[in-house]
Amino acid sequence: MACAKPEGEGAPGGSEGGAAAGDVVVICRCEDVTLDEIRDLIARGYTTIEEIKRITRCGMGPCQGRTCRQLVLAEIARATAKDIASVAPGRFRPPTKPVRLGGAVAGAPGPDVEGFEGDGDEQVR
Amino acid sequence: MAMNKCADAVIIGGGVVGASVAYHLAKRGFGRIVLVERSYLASGSTGRCGAGVRQQWGTKLNCLLAQESVRMFERMDDELGFDRSIEFKQGGYLLLAYTDREMNQFIKNVELEQSLGIPASLLTPAEAKAIVPMLNISDVLCATYCPTDGHANPFHVTYAYAGAARRLGAEVMTFTEVKGIVVENGKVARVVCDKGNIDTRVVVNAAGPYSGLVARMVGLEIPFWAERHQILVTEPVEPVLRPMVMSFSRRIYCQQTPHGSFIMGMGDPNEPHGFSTESSWKFLVDMAREITRVLPPVGNLKVVRQWAGLYDMTPDAHPILGATPVEGFYLACGFSGHGFMLAPVTGRLLAEVICDEKPSIDITGLDLGRFERGELVVEPSVV
Repeated sequence: MACAKPEGEGAPGGSEGGAAAGDVVVICRCEDVTLDEIRDLIARGYTTIEEIKRITRCGMGPCQGRTCRQLVLAEIARATAKDIASVAPGRFRPPTKPVRLGGAVAGAPGPDVEGFEGDGDEQVR
Repeated sequence: MAMNKCADAVIIGGGVVGASVAYHLAKRGFGRIVLVERSYLASGSTGRCGAGVRQQWGTKLNCLLAQESVRMFERMDDELGFDRSIEFKQGGYLLLAYTDREMNQFIKNVELEQSLGIPASLLTPAEAKAIVPMLNISDVLCATYCPTDGHANPFHVTYAYAGAARRLGAEVMTFTEVKGIVVENGKVARVVCDKGNIDTRVVVNAAGPYSGLVARMVGLEIPFWAERHQILVTEPVEPVLRPMVMSFSRRIYCQQTPHGSFIMGMGDPNEPHGFSTESSWKFLVDMAREITRVLPPVGNLKVVRQWAGLYDMTPDAHPILGATPVEGFYLACGFSGHGFMLAPVTGRLLAEVICDEKPSIDITGLDLGRFERGELVVEPSVV
């Protein structure tokens, strides 16, 4: 799993992580969301991953929650004293992997269109 | 264990409209306000919308409502005391005309907007390209631009309104579903929820695409349907697109959020009525085709997510606001894809109507009765 493993009393994953007390622990690396922010929202009553996502953008970046989803679910489970399997995992949305928009166009020009730096390796078809 | 309670007003629907109504009623000290939402706040149309706020419309009423909402968005961070920003960015809206018919409508719209003090103007294709350098103007006939249009964060606006309402004493019940509404002697008496009953004499139907189902609970049929619209969002990049770019004939809109991602949506004229919120492959292909013609460099961005939401459509694409033949039952629905941008002013107007104040904008023409009277207010400029 991911390396963004928080440490501290009751933290998911036990005490083998590398963070010391007072360190900033990043949960969502795409959107820079910290463990403190997640815990603060849960304490204020936002105990679903859908709400936490919408307030913080956690899980909305290019990796679509591959790293943070499990970590947030574990935090919700711990704070609400539930089994993690009973915490709703949130909606998964397409595409599974980021795809280049131009690649979805029939007869589209390749990645040589001037503008953004695209690596052009994500042709849909 | 069911818990029964009583309230002075129950608002059904925890989207941005319901949250705004709750806040404005609480601010007026209307008494005990309860907002009921079947899932989490902004879980429906609000959280799925394109987030745009525009004042460029074809009818006076839509112009006035949107103009006042923009003033309210401008003050919102100060007024609501939310601990995050509502991210209101006024980068303008650039509307593109590709047909003579569209161009003639735009000329009329700009004349109307300017007469109401909305700072919109008619632009040549070259002037449009000066605002959006990546714009392909090869078949653009003209454009209109209003620099004070923009967009905001729909989640944050909803949570900000709900949070402010709570601080004023309102109760927000999420994950609570309305099962029925009891009417006694033609008056609203009680809302039946899965978590118990709420005795009340005032109910506001702000259930978005589900408003037709809620209205039926008091025996009202409203001419109304739900229609799926789809959106996608790209990876974030450096800020390069200031305004929302929109075309009615191509049925598309595209904006770059303060976060850097591009959000774009497209209407499908063949979309059936219904409650489906599934994403489709066809949308991705259609959207990609249209947007790469209008803004070619966007084709190099990667799509990270796509989703769908529901428009709550009325026959004239205007909302239905105000009282109904059932005493105590009020409507704030039928926004036809523009509920987010009209939510601030809607909340205030509904609160004014419910508190027996004179509404600050005359909305008598937006009542439910207009459909029976045949007095539709048709909006020509809709995606």
